[in-house]
Amino acid sequence: MSTLEIRDLSVSVEAKQILAGVNLTIKAGETHAIMGPNGSGKSTLAYSIAGHPKYTVTGGSVTLDGQDVLAMSVDERARAGLFLAMQYPVEVPGVTVSNFLRTAASAVRGEAPALRLWVKEQKEAMAALEMDPAFASRNVNEGFSGGEKKRHEILQLELLKPKIAILDETDSGLDVDALRVVSEGVNRVRATGETGTLLITHYTRILKYIVPDFVHVFAGGKVVEEGGKELADELEANGYAKYVGAAAI
Amino acid sequence: MASPPLDGTKFARVLSRDPDAFGAITGREEEWRFTPLYRLRGLHDGTAVVDGTITVDGAFETIGPDHPLVGSALVPADKPSALAMRDFKEGQLVTVDGELTEPITLQVKGSGETSYGHVVIDAKPFSKAVVVLDHTGTGTHVGAVEVLVGDSADITLVSVQDWDDDAVHLSAQAARVGRDARFKSVVVTFGGDLVRLNPTVTYAGPGGDAELLGLAFADTKQHLEHRLLVEHTVPNCKSRVTYKTAAQGVEAHTVWIGDVVIRKEATGTDTYELNRNLLLSDEARADSVPNLEIETGEIAGAGHASATGRFDEQQLFYLQSRGITEGEARRMVVRGFFHEVVQQVGIPALEERLDAAIEKELA
Ligand SMILES: Nc1ncnc2c1ncn2[C@@H]1O[C@H](COP(=O)(O)OP(=O)(O)OP(=O)(O)O)[C@@H](O)[C@H]1O
Ligand SMILES: [Mg+2]
Repeated sequence: MSTLEIRDLSVSVEAKQILAGVNLTIKAGETHAIMGPNGSGKSTLAYSIAGHPKYTVTGGSVTLDGQDVLAMSVDERARAGLFLAMQYPVEVPGVTVSNFLRTAASAVRGEAPALRLWVKEQKEAMAALEMDPAFASRNVNEGFSGGEKKRHEILQLELLKPKIAILDETDSGLDVDALRVVSEGVNRVRATGETGTLLITHYTRILKYIVPDFVHVFAGGKVVEEGGKELADELEANGYAKYVGAAAI
Repeated sequence: MASPPLDGTKFARVLSRDPDAFGAITGREEEWRFTPLYRLRGLHDGTAVVDGTITVDGAFETIGPDHPLVGSALVPADKPSALAMRDFKEGQLVTVDGELTEPITLQVKGSGETSYGHVVIDAKPFSKAVVVLDHTGTGTHVGAVEVLVGDSADITLVSVQDWDDDAVHLSAQAARVGRDARFKSVVVTFGGDLVRLNPTVTYAGPGGDAELLGLAFADTKQHLEHRLLVEHTVPNCKSRVTYKTAAQGVEAHTVWIGDVVIRKEATGTDTYELNRNLLLSDEARADSVPNLEIETGEIAGAGHASATGRFDEQQLFYLQSRGITEGEARRMVVRGFFHEVVQQVGIPALEERLDAAIEKELA
C-alpha cells in the first residue's frame, strides 16, 4: 500500500512564495479532493510534486513510501509511481500519440510491452474512453480540443497505473458526456485500490461521479480546512470567503 | 534559355557564365555575409587550384561545358559557380524518358581532392522519376545541378550531403519547371565542414508546381547554409518551401535564406515558405531570412513563416513527467521536429534513411 506524504511544503516561483507549508497524506485507494480559489496555489502544488523546474522548493518534504521524492528528477518521480494529469496538457509536434504512449509505458514499466499485447491494450483503453482510434496516429495534443486533451490525460493514467495520481482540473472544460466518460476512467483506476487520487477541482459536479473520501480547502498556499464530501457542498453554497480571510491572517 | 533577370527587384544580381563579370568577394555582400570565407579554401577568390576529380557512379552520359544543355536552367550568380561551369572536366547528363519506378542514383564520392562537377537532369515531357545525388567522402567541391523538368513531367531531386566532417561543398541547384510540371527538391545536409547550397526554381510555363524540402543538422564547427530563390514569372504556378534545421555545439551554424519573387506577369501565384530552426545548445547559431517580393496583387496566396528556438521546456517536462528520461525526451522532440519534413518526402526508403541519419546525429 503506497503513501504520499507532503510535510510543511513551501514553494516559490521566481522568488515569490506560493506554497506556505502544505501538509497532506494520500494513501493508495483513497480519493482526496482539493478545492480552492483561483491563484491559491493548487497547480503549484501539483507541479511541485511532479518536479516542474519552474518551481523552487524552499522547505518541507515529499515522500512516496518513505522515498525522498524531491531528490528525484521529473522522470524518476514518474517511474517511482507519480502521475500528474495536467490542467494544460502540452503539444508535442511530430510525436504521435501511439509512439508517446508506448515510450511512456516502457519507461514506467521498466520494459517495452510486447507489441501485440500493447496494441490491444492501447486500443481497448482508447475505446473505454470513447476516443476515436485515429487519435493514435495524431501528434500529441496537437489540435486536440480541450476535452480531447483531458481524455488523453486519463488514457495515460489508465495505461501507466500510477501509485499516486494528481488530477489538476481534469473536469474543467468537459461537456456532460465527456465528464461522465473521464470520471468512469478515473473510477476504473480507483477501483483497483492500488492508486491514491488527488483531485483538484473547482466544481462539485465531478464529485458526484468521483466521490471523494476527503475534501481539503486550499487557500493562501496551504490547506486551511479538511472534511468529508459534505464539505464540498458547503463550499459550493458559501464560497471561499471565510477561508480567504483566515489564510490572510 | 537564361533565367529571367531579377533586375528591378531587391534580388537584383549579376547573372553570368563569365567569371570575370563578378567582382571580388569581400564577405560584406548580402549573399556572402553569413559565410566564413576563410573556410572556402580559395574557391571564392580564384586562388584554389582545382585540379582534382570526384567519382560519380551511376547511369549517365558524360558531358563537358560545351554541351548545349549546360546553362539551360542555371546562369551562375557568383564567381565560384561561373568558374565551375566554365572549367569542369566531366559532367553527367541524366536523361529521363517515360515513367521510372526505381530511383536513379548518382553516387558522388570525394577522395580529398579539389574538384568541379556538373550534373544535368533532362526530364522529357510527361516523364516521371526520382533522382538521388548522394554526396559522401571528402574534398573541396563545387558542383552544379541543373534540372530541366519538361512539360507535365514529375521529377523529384534528392540531394544528400552526407560528407565527412572536413568537406567543403558549394552547389547551385537550378530547376526549370515546365508547363503543368511538378518538381520536388529534397535537400538533406548532415555532413561537411562547410556546405553552401543555392537551390533555385524558375518556371517555363503556367501550372508548374515546386516543392522544396530541406533538413539540416549542424554539429560543432559545421557551417550549413541553404539559400533558396523561387522566381514566379509566369501565371498560375505554385511553390512550397519547408526547411528545418537543428544546430548543436560550439560554432555549429545553420543559415537559411528564402527569397521568393512574384513578378507582375505571375498572376495566380500560390506560394508559402516555412523555416524552423532548433538550437540544441547555447553556442549554436541559426540565421533565418525570408524575403518575399510581390509585384502583383492578383495572386492566390503568398506567405512565409520563420522561427528559431531552443528546446521547449514545457515539452520536455511533459514527456519526462511520463517517465521518459531527459535524453530520450530530447531525442523525441528533435525527431518530432524533423518528422514534419521527413513525412513529406514520400519515398519510404529515403524516409527510413533520414530517420536513421537523425538518430545518428542524436546518439
Ligand atoms: N512565473 C510566475 N511568477 C510569478 N507568479 C507566478 C508565476 N507562476 C505562477 N505564479 C502565481 O502563483 C500563484 C498560484 O498559481 P497556481 O497556478 O498554482 O494557482 P491555482 O490555484 O492552480 O489557480 P487556478 O484555480 O486558477 O488554476 C498565482 O498567483 C500565480 O499568479
Ligand atoms: Mg490551477
